[in-house]
Amino acid sequence: MELQFLGIGILTWILFLPVAGMILILLIPGERIQAIRITATAITGLQVILAAVIFRHFDRGIEGINSIEGFQFVEQFSWITVEAVPWFGRIEIFYFLGIDGLSVLMIMLTALIGLIGAISSWTITKQVKGYFALYMLLITGMMGVFLALDFFLFFIFWEVMLLPMYFLIGIWGGPRREYAAIKFFLYTFVGGILMMLVMLALYFSVAVPDPVTGELVHTFNLLHMMNPAYYVEGSLLAGVDTTWRYVAWMALFINFAIKIPLFPFHTWLPDAHVEAPTPISVILAGVLLKLGTYGLLRISFPIFPDGTMYFMIFMAVLGMISIIYGAFCALAQDDFKKLIAYSSISHMGIVVLGIAALNTQGMVGGVLQMFNHGIITAVLFLMVGVVYDRTGKRGLNDFGGLANQMPKYTGIAMVGMFAALGLPGLNGFVSELFSFLGAFEAYRWIAIVSVFGIIITAGYILWTLQRVFLGKTPEHLTNLKDLTTRELVCFIPLVILIILLGVYPSPAIELMNTSLSYLVQVVTVPAY
Amino acid sequence: MENSFLQWLAQPELTHYLMLGAMLFCIGITLVLTRRNVIMVLMGIELILNSANINFIAFSRYSVITLDGHLTALFLIILAAAEAAVALAIVLNIYNRFKTIDIDEISLLKG
Amino acid sequence: MLQLSLLILLIPFAGFLILIFFGKRLPRQGDWLGTSFLGITLLMSVFLLISKIASIPGDTLSYSFSWVIIGNPDAGGFSVDLGVMIDNLTVVMLVVVMLVSFLVHLFSIGYMKDDPRYSRYFSYLGLFTFSMTGIVLTDNLLMMYIFWELVGISSYLLIGFWYEKKSASNAANKAFIVNRIGDAGMFIGIMILFIHFSTFSFDAIFSGIQAGDLPFQSTAWLTAAGILIFCGAVGKSAQFPLHVWLPDAMEGPTPVSALIHAATMVAAGGYLIARMFPILTAEALLVIAYIGAITALIAATIALTQHDIKKILAYSTISQLGYMVMALGVGAFTAGFMHLVTHAAFKAGLFLGAGSVIFAMHHALHQKHDHKTDAQDLRNMGGLKSRMPLTYWTFLIFTLAISGVPLTSGFLSKDEILAGTLAFSSLNGHYLLPVIGFVVAGLTAFYMFRLFILTFHGKHADESRVSDLKESPFTMTIPLMILAGLSTFVFYSFNPFAASGGWFFSAIERPLSLVPEALQPASAEVFAQAVSALHTPALILSIIIAGAGIFGAVWVYQWKKTSAVQISEKFGALYRGSFNKWYFDEMYQAVFINGTFIITKVLRWFDETIVDGIVNGAAYVFERFSVVNRWFDEHIIDGLVNLTALGTGVLGKVLRKLQTGKIQHYLAFVVLGMLVFYFIII
Repeated sequence: MELQFLGIGILTWILFLPVAGMILILLIPGERIQAIRITATAITGLQVILAAVIFRHFDRGIEGINSIEGFQFVEQFSWITVEAVPWFGRIEIFYFLGIDGLSVLMIMLTALIGLIGAISSWTITKQVKGYFALYMLLITGMMGVFLALDFFLFFIFWEVMLLPMYFLIGIWGGPRREYAAIKFFLYTFVGGILMMLVMLALYFSVAVPDPVTGELVHTFNLLHMMNPAYYVEGSLLAGVDTTWRYVAWMALFINFAIKIPLFPFHTWLPDAHVEAPTPISVILAGVLLKLGTYGLLRISFPIFPDGTMYFMIFMAVLGMISIIYGAFCALAQDDFKKLIAYSSISHMGIVVLGIAALNTQGMVGGVLQMFNHGIITAVLFLMVGVVYDRTGKRGLNDFGGLANQMPKYTGIAMVGMFAALGLPGLNGFVSELFSFLGAFEAYRWIAIVSVFGIIITAGYILWTLQRVFLGKTPEHLTNLKDLTTRELVCFIPLVILIILLGVYPSPAIELMNTSLSYLVQVVTVPAY
Repeated sequence: MENSFLQWLAQPELTHYLMLGAMLFCIGITLVLTRRNVIMVLMGIELILNSANINFIAFSRYSVITLDGHLTALFLIILAAAEAAVALAIVLNIYNRFKTIDIDEISLLKG
Repeated sequence: MLQLSLLILLIPFAGFLILIFFGKRLPRQGDWLGTSFLGITLLMSVFLLISKIASIPGDTLSYSFSWVIIGNPDAGGFSVDLGVMIDNLTVVMLVVVMLVSFLVHLFSIGYMKDDPRYSRYFSYLGLFTFSMTGIVLTDNLLMMYIFWELVGISSYLLIGFWYEKKSASNAANKAFIVNRIGDAGMFIGIMILFIHFSTFSFDAIFSGIQAGDLPFQSTAWLTAAGILIFCGAVGKSAQFPLHVWLPDAMEGPTPVSALIHAATMVAAGGYLIARMFPILTAEALLVIAYIGAITALIAATIALTQHDIKKILAYSTISQLGYMVMALGVGAFTAGFMHLVTHAAFKAGLFLGAGSVIFAMHHALHQKHDHKTDAQDLRNMGGLKSRMPLTYWTFLIFTLAISGVPLTSGFLSKDEILAGTLAFSSLNGHYLLPVIGFVVAGLTAFYMFRLFILTFHGKHADESRVSDLKESPFTMTIPLMILAGLSTFVFYSFNPFAASGGWFFSAIERPLSLVPEALQPASAEVFAQAVSALHTPALILSIIIAGAGIFGAVWVYQWKKTSAVQISEKFGALYRGSFNKWYFDEMYQAVFINGTFIITKVLRWFDETIVDGIVNGAAYVFERFSVVNRWFDEHIIDGLVNLTALGTGVLGKVLRKLQTGKIQHYLAFVVLGMLVFYFIII
């Protein structure tokens, strides 16, 4: 399937549109704020349209994961080629993009959240030009991670995304923004270094015969790394169940666990969320966290099936701890954003629990939960943003009785919060259901303990609802305005998706079903 | 003893000329190193050059008969004349600038 | 018929959607819309009931579609199907739900008249009816769970309907969270069954178990699955130990209490047990029976001493639910389910009657601008008989029914339950169950008549207060009359002393137990024989006990032969225990709520101090290290560099002395140098 426009593949379009947008924004004079905002919104809107095109043309029946034939809209060009460097051999790095059932949903999510974030960024008034330029770069970074099939490319985008995020938190954030930004940056960067080491180790372990000369060439191609036949005899990561492979798996896992974030690597998240401006929180929780689990599924699982099998219980236990621990911590918060941050940790724990089950329903549940959590937390953070913009406060105890004051807002917030609580009929339930079903099949007791997380979740969500929305409206809140049209535009697509996927999740599940069943097979049925 | 010295003096040989050259050289060096007056220093230099001339000619006279030594001596004389001209010009300039030709006063190169 | 059932499911939902979005803009805020929708579905479900029972009583109709497909269904994957199923249980339950819901809609038109969120109220009722219908119609566990939670949320919304009151939103939270605990258990139970059978469908799971295919090949897991699914019922039906939410739920509007917290939602637990009955093992059933019995006893004892009219009714509901659950547990399946139906009618009636009283009281007090007097407190009532005749007479019928007086529906079902418990104990010796059953029957009669007498008889404490008290409007009394009619025996059996001959018993039969032989409870035939043998003694005993209870109440409260205060003083500790609801709330508060908060506090501290502390500590260590490093760099490394420079400088300073600037010195050096070389060469 080839989808091209002006001779350039659709994936390149969707990937580099924001960069084009960034250049455009940089060309606009800084004082023409409205033009900058509209450009950013238009560019992200175009991305959503492209994502919709992809959704329409995506072939649900192709497996993907570890063969190039399984990927769709593939674009592969030699990007960096250095002939015969001594000791290093020939260096060949590909610009290699493609999507399969695993990434397609994430593309949709990134495009959608990107647009929502751009619209909600209209409230930013400080250095608008710089903000949107960085914002665009950030979106390219995230999109690139989801699209890249070359480890080097993957790594580049992984790091590209870091820097704009650092500045977006560090410049446009709250009072402790520098601390939060540095913490975020260092944390992720440490992970990035671990990943780079693994990447290099893999590079030297994998060699593919050149189709013309037959000479063995090292490669960064992720798909080749998944094929045990390409591992050089006697290299560091060759073989099965070797210590080095476990070490490499662990290094990758720590990198991704920081991003997810899993207990005990999670403490950057509450700080980053609390300090980040609303749209950045939306992006952070909506898309950035998914990079971690996506990385696990895209890299750790198929490249190190042995390590994955070896550590799966460990993963599930960490997932369980995150669920319970995150929920308990959320219960103890009185800052709205912190509460949602901890609830994110809890919900991402469900993703990890689901994918650690290594069966199709768990995997489907996990990936769907990635998507659903993206949408739900986007709603929740936007929701906080609304009252924060109006009052400058975020404390749960600063509010009360908003249900009477802002009925539309309350209605939407309730949908979002009930979805987070896992209410059937809303999307959160479906993915939690399948994650738990998967986990239960694999590890009965871990799943049983994790289910108690949903009770605590109900506790903190309802308590929050009560404190913020119910009760009498205090005097100082009686002049709050209900949602503006722009805010409604942000909320409505998300709310519609929440309900739609809750009632009929098949369209989303169909997209990934084939790929994920195949991935389960790849991991659990060794190729060697 | 006295006789033998006088006798030695009476029969001039290469050594005599060399001795003369050496003496002239020593006088010249002494002048150069001790005199404060630039002109005197210049005269010292002239003496050194002339001692060299004497040596050239002496060696030329007492060795294989060629004219190399003479020629070099002639060349040196011309050189000395040119040098004296340049040096005196410099001295004049120095005098114009420092109102003295005492070289101890002119110690701009002092570290 | 299936299309009809789908319509019945979707019409209330349509009502919900219309009212939530456009309710305020409709004339009369759309109350007519919700009510007429419900009227239509009521007619439909009555039609469904009659046609089902009359024409195809033995058949089960079902329709399902594939909701989600996971993996490749041909190779290890599965399809999650949703669907509806119609059997006799379904149609009876549908009529109960629709009837009560319709009457409550009607009643609410009057009761909620001046509420600022009038249309919202009706839309929530629609949502509730939709969810409840879903529970009734489902043919699989997943949909059961989905709608189970949805009734939970609609109950949450309705309990917290007057959310300006802190107590209301607290009660709503409590209800939802306590229910969630039960639901979590239910979810685990469903997972156990699903993982083994890869399907949620009742039919497929039942036939699997019938074929001897047990979850994880273990009878223990089968029993566990049964008990865990029963946990859902424990939550929803407010069984011990999760019964604490129901009394608090009375914070909601009274018609809501009638609909959700008396007649339908709380009875869903009974429905769930009835649905799962074929796969419940004897052990699971025994647990269920005992839970039911304990609940019935605890709630009845608490109800004796309360003063709030709605609280008493709430505890009586819990107690009656315990009855139902006990009945299902001992195997008196039909009796238990019948009690569910009859209880729905008379308890809804009692609540609506109470609502009528509260409404009248409230308005009367409002006219007097008295906002301090609690309109729900029994002590502020009395002598309402003459002022509210319709309410009085219908309330009397309901009270007789719940007390188990012959000629009422309550008598029929309760009598069968008591006979069932007797039969059960005669079969396997659990004598505690019938004893509790009879004691609770007596207590019920007593406290209900206490309530009745204190409300309607005697003299009002302060006549002036209620001088404006009027009978409620017709939209409120008509539902009462209909329900009163339905609380008589004729609708269930033409024989007022035995339900077993009526249509109900022939339509609702106890399903076959499908679990392995060794785990089965006593079979239906054996049980039926025991019941018929013990029916007459049970009947006589139950009449005597009910009579004694009523007599006791009349003795104390009507004739005042013994002072209630004296009795309460005599049993001081017991009285206080009962009055304070056996301290369950306090205990849970102390153990679970505070425990949870302590855990959260500790974890928050742990997170911020230890986990984040390690991170910040690491940062600090690195920072300190970098400070040391900086010092090292500045002083040692850079020091060496500077030292070199310094050495050179010093040397230079020394050597510059040679540079006198005097040409003769230089020349002297040249000469000296030459001499030195000369001597070296020599």
